[in-house]
Amino acid sequence: MIEQSKIRNFCIIAHIDHGKSTLADRIIEKTGLLTSREMQSQVLDNMDLERERGITIKAQSVRIVYKAQDGEEYIFNLIDTPGHVDFNYEVSRSLAACDGAILVVDAAQGIEAQTLANVYLALDHDLDVMPVINKIDLPSADPDRVVEEIEDVIGIEAQDAPRISAKTGQNVEEVLEAIVKKIPAPVGDVNAPLQALIFDSVYDSYKGVIIFCRIKEGSVRRGTALRMMATGAVEEAVEVGYFGAGQFIPCEELTAGMVGYITASIKNVADTRVGDTITDDTNPCAEPLPGYKKVNPMVYCGLYPADGAKYPDLRDALEKLQLNDASLFYEPETSIALGFGFRCGFLGLLHLEIIQERLEREYNLDLITTAPSVIYKVHKTNGDIIELTNPSNLPDPAEIDYMEEPMVKAEIMVTTEFIGPIMDLCQERRGEYQGMEYMETTRALLTYHLPLNEIIYDFFDALKSRSRGYASFDYEMLGYQRSELVKLDILVNKEEVDALSFIVFSGTAYERGRKMCEKLKKEIPRQLFEIPIQAAIGSKVIARETVKAMRKDVLAKCYGGDISRKRKLLEKQKEGKKRMRQVGNVEIPQKAFMSVLKLDDE
Amino acid sequence: MELYIHIPFCKQKCNYCDFLSWNGEAKQREEYVQALLKEITAVKEKKEVTSIFIGGGTPSILEPQQMKRIMEGIHEKFKLREDAEITIEANPGTITREKLEAYRTCGINRISFGLQSIHEDELKLLGRIHTFKEFEESYHMARQAGFQNINIDLIMAVPNQTMDRWKETLQTITALKPEHISAYSLIIEEGTPFYEMDYEFSEDLEREMYEETKNYLKKQDYQQYEISNFARPGYSCRHNLGYWDREEYLGLGLGAASLIDEQRWNNTRDILAYLSYANEPEKIRINQEVLMEREQMEEFMFLGLRKTAGVSVKKFQEKFGDDIKTVYGRQLEKLTRDGLLEYDEHRVWLTERGISVSNYAMAEFLFDDE
Repeated sequence: MIEQSKIRNFCIIAHIDHGKSTLADRIIEKTGLLTSREMQSQVLDNMDLERERGITIKAQSVRIVYKAQDGEEYIFNLIDTPGHVDFNYEVSRSLAACDGAILVVDAAQGIEAQTLANVYLALDHDLDVMPVINKIDLPSADPDRVVEEIEDVIGIEAQDAPRISAKTGQNVEEVLEAIVKKIPAPVGDVNAPLQALIFDSVYDSYKGVIIFCRIKEGSVRRGTALRMMATGAVEEAVEVGYFGAGQFIPCEELTAGMVGYITASIKNVADTRVGDTITDDTNPCAEPLPGYKKVNPMVYCGLYPADGAKYPDLRDALEKLQLNDASLFYEPETSIALGFGFRCGFLGLLHLEIIQERLEREYNLDLITTAPSVIYKVHKTNGDIIELTNPSNLPDPAEIDYMEEPMVKAEIMVTTEFIGPIMDLCQERRGEYQGMEYMETTRALLTYHLPLNEIIYDFFDALKSRSRGYASFDYEMLGYQRSELVKLDILVNKEEVDALSFIVFSGTAYERGRKMCEKLKKEIPRQLFEIPIQAAIGSKVIARETVKAMRKDVLAKCYGGDISRKRKLLEKQKEGKKRMRQVGNVEIPQKAFMSVLKLDDE
Repeated sequence: MELYIHIPFCKQKCNYCDFLSWNGEAKQREEYVQALLKEITAVKEKKEVTSIFIGGGTPSILEPQQMKRIMEGIHEKFKLREDAEITIEANPGTITREKLEAYRTCGINRISFGLQSIHEDELKLLGRIHTFKEFEESYHMARQAGFQNINIDLIMAVPNQTMDRWKETLQTITALKPEHISAYSLIIEEGTPFYEMDYEFSEDLEREMYEETKNYLKKQDYQQYEISNFARPGYSCRHNLGYWDREEYLGLGLGAASLIDEQRWNNTRDILAYLSYANEPEKIRINQEVLMEREQMEEFMFLGLRKTAGVSVKKFQEKFGDDIKTVYGRQLEKLTRDGLLEYDEHRVWLTERGISVSNYAMAEFLFDDE
């Protein structure tokens, strides 16, 4: 059995692009479990999508063996965490499985908005935070300044923080030694009743649900009767083990302080809930571990299969994704324009995009996404309060007393030269200035209160483009605020298209309506008759465009007896039509439903 | 069975042309004629021939003796029906009295002239090698040689063309009283010089020109029988009608397409492969496919509806054993509602509006994938 004193459970936290995944790779490499040749470029990020976007979406774990300078072998459980603000929840559940965290800070860029957000999360979980200065090989690196910044801004000691280059491997050994010395060993009584925290799970078609867990107290082995304390489900453990690099390695038992996996022939995904506590049904612990910080989706949109017949496939895919991603919410809904689909809730727009892409790539689904919406609170004149996630469900204006929208507190870190443009941006987005703090002479932290619906579309892109990429941004929910909101409806050929309706601040409704109409005019192909496109608030039309009728669509020449071209042309036409949705007697292409997302492109 | 014979040579490629043709040397043209004769001798399809169409390229570029040898090969191999329509495509500027006489003696009884326009600037823009005057000479020569069935190809919606100039072309041509007129709208195909020019013609003006063409030619006693084809009574091109009626045809020569026994294929488009293997036709046939009944139905509709007379309800029933209204009821109803199609107990046809948007209408007759 492995002694607890030889185990280190930790994660790496960092602002995006500060080198978290690269450092994880180096640690795995240096511990000698893998030869350089076996290394994929980034071992932990095993999803294609992650590699492409350069971000880690889903927490992954690996167990490695390190022979320290003291001659002892240590077991490292490295639990990877996502870096993006949308994924605070995933960070949170990963942190709960750790005893310490390595904080990676870029030696050139210093502390960024997400650095702070992640550190605060780690401190919330009582983790020891161990700073590492990365990218010292950059010409612009200034580790001394960054050390000072860490001590001043975060208030943790950083004088002897390892100064490394994860890219070149320089000084990475110092990090390994520091892990042994600075990250505390786990505690927990091996003989106490089992108490294990589920921090992740994956579905395997042979093994069923594979639970990733941290054993806090007691032990688990094959045959242990597992009880999920929240759901009450009971299953016998079939296999226990730990995480090799990219594979599951079975072992005899998992004991207090260890991180590993359990399988139990669990087919029903609803039975294992991330954040739940597992105990031994025959010898249960007194109470479950404190749950994770509960998060609620903040952004909602409708997801519909482009081909209506794929509805069951979409449902199955969502069910599987939700297994690995408890923050994904979905429920069936129907749209007059789009048929059967789901209203889905996400942590943010990036989360939405990632889920959408995973559905399309991993499950081969062709999707129509409706405009994202936040949750509005509608106070009715009769005293009822509705939480509105789908704009189509807005009650009649006569029944509405007032509406509230969710606000966030946004912290934007920016170099002083871009303060002006960024403040302009926040003004345009209805931001309320809260204050500005200078981090050092050249950088400032701006604080704004912003409506969430102003940042879910393209705020991040705008921020980056107006600061030439230098601004970083983090936000947290503030609560609700009363606001003048209206529902903007789009009418195509005089018929309201429910999937295109959205809620908008009344002051910008006209502008948005005009842009929508212009965009739709481009997206809807000419049809047999003239099609008016109108934007309306209630019965009042505020913008209009017209798609002219198609006059000509004919192949004049017949190519001798070669009809293959003709057939190809007609098949293409038919295929194009299949990808359209019939609204009234107008065919609207799939793309048009998404156009609302990209209004600010032009 | 119909025969199509492809001659892939031209003096110069036109700016809008994406057909299989190029300017071959005299030596290569002779090699090609020899290969074509080998293919004619070797093919196994031996049904009675009802019509022949010699197309290109510019078939009239060949020497008189070359065309004679080709036709002799055909006569030796196939039984031709007494009244077979035999057309050759000819370009003004390549035609001589000698050639015309040779055509007559080997049985060719229809000439199709590629004129396109009466205006020199338009001809130049299109990349044509001839003047209008040269055309007039060729036309009169053909009449003198005894041709009583002549077609003239015209192109409308040429860049910068005005309605008046198009009307002038129509008036001048009808004054010559050809038996048949084909009037195509210029289509810009990828890979042609026009495509690179990135030019657009007003859709509205093009439609007006098309309307004008139909009305004007009707007044001049030309009957429209297909989207782009007009003829004096009794002079519709039987060969082309055969394509739209799905008659069987055998394509001979480079790239030529065939439909025999509900199988479609085309010959290779690779000239070296063709020259080497023309004596073994099986080796040069590519894209061979057996048509399923549903594909036959689809073709029956989208080819047949090109004709102004539309498709025959009875023929559909005879061929497929099903009533057209049972198979395509939903489509017929929808298109009728849209004003694109009409039908009675005998025929199904596209309306004028339906012809204008025929791709839209025809696509309806493709079945959904299972």
